[in-house]
Amino acid sequence: MTDTNESKLAEALAAIRDASDAAALDMQRVAALGKQGWVSQLLKTLGGMTPEQRQSEGPRIQSIRAQVSDAIAARKAEIDAAALESQLASETLDLTLPAPEAPRGSVHPVSQVMDELAEIFADMGFSVATGPEIEDDWHNFTALNMAETHPARAMHDTFYFPDCDADGNRMLLRTHTSPVQIRSMMAQGAPIRIIAPGRVYRSDSDATHTPMFHQIEGLVVDEGIHLGHLKWTLETFLKAFFERDDIVLRLRPSYFPFTEPSVEVDVGWKDVKDRRVLGGDGDAPGHGWMELLGSGVVNRRVIEFAGLDPDKWQGFAFGVGVDRLAMLKYGMDDLRAFFDGDPRWLAHYGFSPFDQPTLSGGVGARA
Amino acid sequence: MKFSLEWLKYFLDTEASAAEISAKLNAIGIEVEAIEDPAERFAGFRVAHVLTAAPHPDADKLQVLSVDTGEGDPLQVVCGAPNARAGMKGVLGLPGAVVPVNGMELRKSAIRGVESNGMMCSVRELELGDDHDGIIELPADAPVGMAFAEYNAASPVFDVAITPNRPDCMGVEGIARDLAAAGIGVFKPVRAEPVAGTFPCPVEIRTDDPEGCPAFYGRVIRGVSNGASPDWMQRRLRAAGQRPISALVDITNYLMLAFGRPAHAYDLAKLNGAVVARRAQAGEQVLALNEKTYTLDDSMTVIADDNGVHDIAGIMGGEHSGCSDSTTDVLLEIAYFDPERIGVTGRKLGLSSDACTRFERGVDPAFLDGGLDLLTSLILKICGGEASEVVRAGSPPSEPTVVAYDPALAAKLGGVDIVADEQRRILESLDFVVDDSWQVTAPLRRHDIEGAADIVEEVVRIHGLDKVASVALPQTDGVARPTATPEQLRERKVRRAAAARGLSEAITWSFLPEADADHFADGNGGLWVLENPISEDMKAMRPSLIPGLLAAAKRNADRGADATRLFELGRRYFRGDAGASDERATMGIVLAGDKVSRGWATGKAAPFDAYDAKAEAIALLEAAGAPVGNLQVMGEAGPQFHPGQSGTLRLGPKNVLARFGALHPTTLEAFDIEGPVMAVELFLDAIPAPKNPGFARAAYAPPALQAVTRDFAFLVDASLPAGDLVRAVKGADKANIVSARVFDVFAGQGVPDGKKSVAVEVVLQPTAKSFTDEEIKAIADKIVTSAAKQGAELRA
Repeated sequence: MTDTNESKLAEALAAIRDASDAAALDMQRVAALGKQGWVSQLLKTLGGMTPEQRQSEGPRIQSIRAQVSDAIAARKAEIDAAALESQLASETLDLTLPAPEAPRGSVHPVSQVMDELAEIFADMGFSVATGPEIEDDWHNFTALNMAETHPARAMHDTFYFPDCDADGNRMLLRTHTSPVQIRSMMAQGAPIRIIAPGRVYRSDSDATHTPMFHQIEGLVVDEGIHLGHLKWTLETFLKAFFERDDIVLRLRPSYFPFTEPSVEVDVGWKDVKDRRVLGGDGDAPGHGWMELLGSGVVNRRVIEFAGLDPDKWQGFAFGVGVDRLAMLKYGMDDLRAFFDGDPRWLAHYGFSPFDQPTLSGGVGARA
Repeated sequence: MKFSLEWLKYFLDTEASAAEISAKLNAIGIEVEAIEDPAERFAGFRVAHVLTAAPHPDADKLQVLSVDTGEGDPLQVVCGAPNARAGMKGVLGLPGAVVPVNGMELRKSAIRGVESNGMMCSVRELELGDDHDGIIELPADAPVGMAFAEYNAASPVFDVAITPNRPDCMGVEGIARDLAAAGIGVFKPVRAEPVAGTFPCPVEIRTDDPEGCPAFYGRVIRGVSNGASPDWMQRRLRAAGQRPISALVDITNYLMLAFGRPAHAYDLAKLNGAVVARRAQAGEQVLALNEKTYTLDDSMTVIADDNGVHDIAGIMGGEHSGCSDSTTDVLLEIAYFDPERIGVTGRKLGLSSDACTRFERGVDPAFLDGGLDLLTSLILKICGGEASEVVRAGSPPSEPTVVAYDPALAAKLGGVDIVADEQRRILESLDFVVDDSWQVTAPLRRHDIEGAADIVEEVVRIHGLDKVASVALPQTDGVARPTATPEQLRERKVRRAAAARGLSEAITWSFLPEADADHFADGNGGLWVLENPISEDMKAMRPSLIPGLLAAAKRNADRGADATRLFELGRRYFRGDAGASDERATMGIVLAGDKVSRGWATGKAAPFDAYDAKAEAIALLEAAGAPVGNLQVMGEAGPQFHPGQSGTLRLGPKNVLARFGALHPTTLEAFDIEGPVMAVELFLDAIPAPKNPGFARAAYAPPALQAVTRDFAFLVDASLPAGDLVRAVKGADKANIVSARVFDVFAGQGVPDGKKSVAVEVVLQPTAKSFTDEEIKAIADKIVTSAAKQGAELRA
C-alpha cells in the first residue's frame, strides 16, 4: 500500500507539473484533493485506523497531501505568471505612435514685453496708468503744448473722427501715449511716477510702420527732477530690459512741444552676424547708433495745463515703441506680422504662459 | 535738408572733417540722417583724353575711341555719343565703376564685336544735370588721369533733419552759426551791400491784409536777362537736391536754401496794376506752379493784381506770372507772413512747399531788407539789369522775447553745472543779448524761445548733453511696493490662463471694415467711424473683438491651417458721456477648424462645438475672478451667433459677463469662412471688482465622513434645459447636497416621444455623523419632489 501511494504521489506530481493550463491543473486538483480524490480518500482512511497505525500513517498521508497541494500551488503560480505574461504580450502598444496632443498656447510678444516693463518700472516705483485711445484733441495736442496751428500737429499723421465732444474738442485716435500724462497728473497730482503702455495710431503704413502700434510713456514729476534723472532712468531701464550692463546711450537735443529741453536718445549697437545687437559704444569700430526714443524735461506749460504749479513741480517724460523694443530684444524683423494672428508666427515668437517676468528670474524669457 | 560741405564752408571757417562736423551736428540737435560722399559716388570715374576716334566696323552710330587714362596704355572704348572726337577731354568710367543714375556696374565687354573697356559719360549719367545729347566735354586743361570727384571739387553732402522749432536752421547760414557756437570754426555771415534804386518802383505794392501779411517789401529790376545760373550756384543747388531751372528761379531758391529766406520773383510783364497782399475771395482760383488749380477761401492770404491771384502767399507762386527765359523785368517780393495762418492754409489746401515749411515755422522778421539786398545783388551780378527803389508796405514783428534767466537753471533743469561765463558766451554766439542781470533777449529769428527752459536747452545743447551725468531717482526704502491695479492683475491672469489652455494671443487692428463692424454693432449706440481712414479695411472702431479674430482665422484657413485657437485682450469702443468714448476691456476668443485633427487613435478630425466655447468662457471667467458658481446660462448671445447653439453667462438676469457659442451661418458667410466656428467674448469690465479679501483663506478642513453618492434618472420634457433640473435637484436640500452632476442624457427607445431621460449623480456630504438610511431616503424624496416641480418624474 505504501508503495502504491508513493507511486501514485509520483504520478500525481508529474501530472501536476505537466498540467499545461488552469483547467488541466484543476483536473489534477480534483483527482487528488477533490471529495472523491485519492488523497482525500487516503485521509478518510485515517478515521478507521488504530492510534498506533494513525501515528505511523498519519504523517505520511499528511505529507502526501501537503506535497500535492504545494505542487498545485506552485504550478498554478507558474501557469498564472505565464498567462499574465502572454496577456501582457498581447497588450503591447506601439509607443512610437504619437501621444494625444494638447494645443500649446502662447502670450503675444507685445504683452510679454509690457509685463517685463511693468516689472522693471515697478522696481523703480512707477505704477501703470491707462487712458482712452479715442481721445480729444485737447488731451492729445493742446494740453501737450501743441496749439491748433502748431506745425507738429500736422506731423502726427492723425486719424480723426468727424465727432466732437461736449466741449467742442475734436475726437481722434491718440497719436501717442502722452495724453495719459495729462490725465494722470490731473487725476493724481504730484509727485507722480507712471508708465502708460498702450495702443497708439498714426496714419502711416509701410514696411516699418503700421497704422496701429504700441508705445509706452514714462512720466516722473516731483521736486528737483532734471535731465540727469532722465538719463539714469533710461539707462537703468534699458540695462534691466536687455539684461546687459554695456548699454550705452547717446543723448541728442531734439524737439517735442511737450518737453523743454527735449532729448532724442540713441543706443549703441554692434553688428553681430548682420544683426544689430544692442550694447557697446556706438562710436566704437563695428558699432553704430540707433534712434530709440524721445524724451525731455516736461514743458512747464504742460505742467500748467495739467493744473500743477510749474514753479514747484518739474520732471521728465519719455516715450518708446513697445513693438520696437520687442523686435530689438527678441529678434523679429517684420512689424506687420505682429498684427496678423498667424499661429505659426505666434508659436515661434510667442511666450509660454509660465514665462511671467520676475526680477529674481530675470525679466526676459530666453530662447 | 541737404547741403554740401563746400557750401557750409562759405559761411564757416573751419578745417573740421565731414565726420567731425557730422558728430557735432548730431550733438547740437541737427540730426544727420546721411552723408553722401561723392568720392565714393564717383569712384572709378576719371578725367580722360580721347586720342583717336574711328568708325565702328559694324555700327553706323558707334565710334571706337582710344582713350588715355593717364596711366598705362590707352584703352579702347566704344562710344555712341555724336560729340565724341579725337582730342577732346571727358569723363571715363572704368570697369567696376557704378553709374550714379542707374546703379549699373560697368564691365569690360564687347559691343558689336569690338572690345570696350569702359564708358565715356554724359552729364545725366553722372547725375550732374539732364543733358544726355552727348558726353561731357571738359576744358583742354583738365588734368588727364585725375579722379573725377577731385576734378569736380565734389564735396560731401549732409542730409540733415531740422526740428520744427528751428526754422532759423533751414538755411545753410543758420547751421553754420550753430556749429560755430559749438566750437566748430568761425562763423562768416554773408550780407550784401544795399543797392540804391535808380528809379522809383513802377508798381504799387500794398498789404491789405496786415494780419496775414504784416510786411510786404518789393522792388523791380528791369533789363535782366534770364539765362542759366552760374556753375557754382548750380552745383550748390544740385547738392541740395534742387534742379537748376533758370537764373531768376535759381537765385530765389538759393536765397531760401542758403539763408532760409523764401522770396518770389514775378515777371513784371505779366502783372497788371497794383500788387497787393489781400485775403482771397471765397471760391477764387489759382493755377499754381505745380500745374494744379487750387480753390481758395477767405481765410487765405494771396498776392494779387488787378487780374487776379498770382501767388498763394508764402506757399506757392502762380503759373501765370512766373519768370521765363523771355523775362526782362522782374518784381521781387520779400514778405513776412503770419506763421499760423500759413500752416492753416497749407493744411486746408493739402499743399506744402519748401517756402511753406519755412514760413509756417517762422522766418527771420529781421531779415527782410537783408534778404532783398542779397537777392538784388545776385540778380544784378548774374542777370544784369537796373534796380528800382525799394517799397516797404507794412512792417514785420519787431518785439523781441526777453527772458529773465538764472544760470543756476542749467543745473536745476538740465542736470549739468555750466559756469555762468560759458553760458553767456554760448548765448551771445547764438546772437542772444545777455545783460548784467541775466535778462536774455532772443534774436527775432528764434521763434522757439518762450521761457527760461528754452534758454537752458540752448546752453545745454551747445555745452553738450554728453556732459549730463546720470543721477539716480530717489527710491523708497525696502522692497518695491506692488503697483498693479486690480484690472491689470485680472488682465494678466486671464491672459496667461488662456495661453495655458492652449490659446494663442493675437493682436488685431482696433479698426475694421465698416461692414464687419456693422455686423457686430448691435446695441452699440453708433460706431466710431474714422473720417480719414488709411484704407476702407481700417475704418470703423471695433464694437467686438470677434470680427478681427474671425478675419485672422479666415486668413489662417486660407493659408491651410487646420485649426485656429486665438484670443485677444483689448478694448471695444462705444459712445460714452459728453461725446467721449467708452472703451471696455474685453477678451475675445475664436475657435475654428479642427478641435482634434484626424489621428490613428481617434479616426477622423472633430470640429469644435459650442461646449468648447462654453468651457473656455467659464474657465477664463474663473481665472478673471468671476464667481462662476453663481452664473446662469441664458440666451441672447446676439444675432451673430447660432440661435440654438449659443448663450450668455450672467450674474443675475441683467449682468452679462460673457457670450459664447457657434457663430451664425450668415456671420460665417459675411466673413467668407467655413464653419463651424466658435466664438467667445468675455466682458471683463462687467465682472464685479473683487473685494480685497486679504491673504488668509476662510477656515476649512476636508470632511472626515465619507460622502454618499446617489444616482437619479428623471424623465423630463425634451425642451427642459438640463440646467434647470440640476438647479432644482441641488436646491432640494442645500445643507446636505454638495454637488449634482448630469452624467447621462438619453432620448429614443424606451423614452416616450417629446421626453428625454436625464440622469443626475448627487453627492451628499454628512457633517456631524453618517446618514441613516431614513435620512438618505428623506433627502431623495425631497430631490424627487423638487424635480417634479420642473415636470420631472423619476424613472422606474
